[in-house]
Amino acid sequence: MSEHEYTPKSKVGKWFNDRLPLLTLANHLTDYPTPKNLNYWWTFGGILTFCLITQIVTGLVLAMHYIAHADMAFESVEHIMRDVNYGWLIRYIHANGASMFFLAVYIHIFRSLFYGSYKSPREIIWIIGIIIYLLMMAAAFLGYVLPWGQMSFWGATVITNLFSAIPLVGEGIVTWLWGGYSVDNPTLTRFFTLHYLIPFLILGLVVLHIWALHVPGNNNPVGIDIKKPSKDTVPFHPYIVIKDGFALLMFMIVFAFFVFYTPNILGHADNYIEANPLVTPAHIVPEWYLLPFYAILRSVPDKLLGVIAMLSAILILAALPWLDTSKIRSAVFRPLYKQFYWILVADVLILGYVGAMPAEGLYLLIARIATAYYFLHFLVVLPVLGFKERTIPVPLSITEPILGGSPNLATVKKKDNI
Amino acid sequence: MAEKKTNRRDFLFTATYAVGAVGVGAVVWPMIDQMNPDASVKALASTEVDVSAVTPGKTITVLWRGKPVFIRRRTEDEIAEAKSVSLKDLKHPEKDEDRAKNPEWLVMLGVCTHLGCVPLDQKGDYNGWFCPCHGSHYDISGRIRKGPAPTNMEIPEYKFVDANTIKIG
Repeated sequence: MSEHEYTPKSKVGKWFNDRLPLLTLANHLTDYPTPKNLNYWWTFGGILTFCLITQIVTGLVLAMHYIAHADMAFESVEHIMRDVNYGWLIRYIHANGASMFFLAVYIHIFRSLFYGSYKSPREIIWIIGIIIYLLMMAAAFLGYVLPWGQMSFWGATVITNLFSAIPLVGEGIVTWLWGGYSVDNPTLTRFFTLHYLIPFLILGLVVLHIWALHVPGNNNPVGIDIKKPSKDTVPFHPYIVIKDGFALLMFMIVFAFFVFYTPNILGHADNYIEANPLVTPAHIVPEWYLLPFYAILRSVPDKLLGVIAMLSAILILAALPWLDTSKIRSAVFRPLYKQFYWILVADVLILGYVGAMPAEGLYLLIARIATAYYFLHFLVVLPVLGFKERTIPVPLSITEPILGGSPNLATVKKKDNI
Repeated sequence: MAEKKTNRRDFLFTATYAVGAVGVGAVVWPMIDQMNPDASVKALASTEVDVSAVTPGKTITVLWRGKPVFIRRRTEDEIAEAKSVSLKDLKHPEKDEDRAKNPEWLVMLGVCTHLGCVPLDQKGDYNGWFCPCHGSHYDISGRIRKGPAPTNMEIPEYKFVDANTIKIG
């Protein structure tokens, strides 16, 4: 992958590297040529790595004190909060860490959407990313069940019942998932096991995600292919490392604000009531990061079709590299796409909002329109736009618009666009 | 190129794959089946309930197989209402007589057939049950009338052991 051959300077290093080329890998990672115009939206990859490691480390520690049993889980979480040294801190980091993880992943995904990072030759990076996102949702859901509060229990009931929508085998699958006739102790213990497993699957996929990224190299705000290495690139270390580091510090301030000042604002008060299979809380809502999909589920009046719509809303993203027919990557040079992009952002935010509201009256109507638009964006707007849109000519290199000589003077003048 | 003939080695490959596939299946199945309800869960399959304290117009909720079961002693008006509904108005047509063999007693799983929440008693547009999760309305016979639930609330197997005791399961 590295353009030049690397030889360690020390004799010991050379001896080791000839047998296991770890130093070559380290050298590739530090010298990795990166487009020099990457903005702060590109720092979320590093931030997400931080989030994953934070969740794994705090999760391991919590698992030392948590008891996965329907009779003891709720109390063991309170035990962590009250008795375990710094237990409150570790649990609040883990619980809010999930939200921070999703905040970062949504920014990361929408950055891709804006700058066309999912397009050829980066489709595999994108699809691995979508699989990671799906696994993140699974891990978040499973983890939310573990404290065995009312929201845990009923969230688990509702989500596992989604499978009962499958014709013929649905009920059997649900019983199999539960290990009984309702969500109960067997469900809890297997959820704990899977919650423990998934982060390591994600870790493996992250390695593939980065590996696939290092083949074509990073996309960039201009969205053009660049020669690597060239005067359009800088080495990853120290340039990107320090920029990522700064962005991570800013991110950690937001993270710390939630952990220390309002640790429960993203949760639900009902989850501090122990699970009761006889009473459903009056208003069940998933965590904020799943609300848009929840709104899509509820906007369809039919059970099976609702489940299909919700799953398609996520899986349609995997087909995005082929649904978007435009050859131009960056929205900077796509005046119409840029507008539709922001409409999509608004649409998803609206779906998130109505997902948190009761499914009736005006909210239901809005949810239905927003759901229809969501699919319209991917299935109609994007394919058509690629053929119809008059794009702005793209510069030939990253330095060109800044140093002059660009075929497009308007882009040169509006430097803030790039 | 000469036409490829099936030889001894091809047969050995096919036979090896076939035996290997059976072996993998034999190992995978226990791994999958271990997640199904175990013997101790199945052992709790029936429960007896004393209903002598339930007066007309009241519902009690009991736990059976980890799920709530509603036992409602219906009033004369409610029975009349449940019987008067035309089958054409029902999403999942079922006669009230088929759901409540003894019309005074309605015994059903208190589980919304949409996504498994517990509906609330004497709520909703049909004076039966209302599921707060996604807005399904059930009538006084537990039949789905409005909302996303596909079917009526399920009737479990039950029988009256004596005048005051119901055995569910």
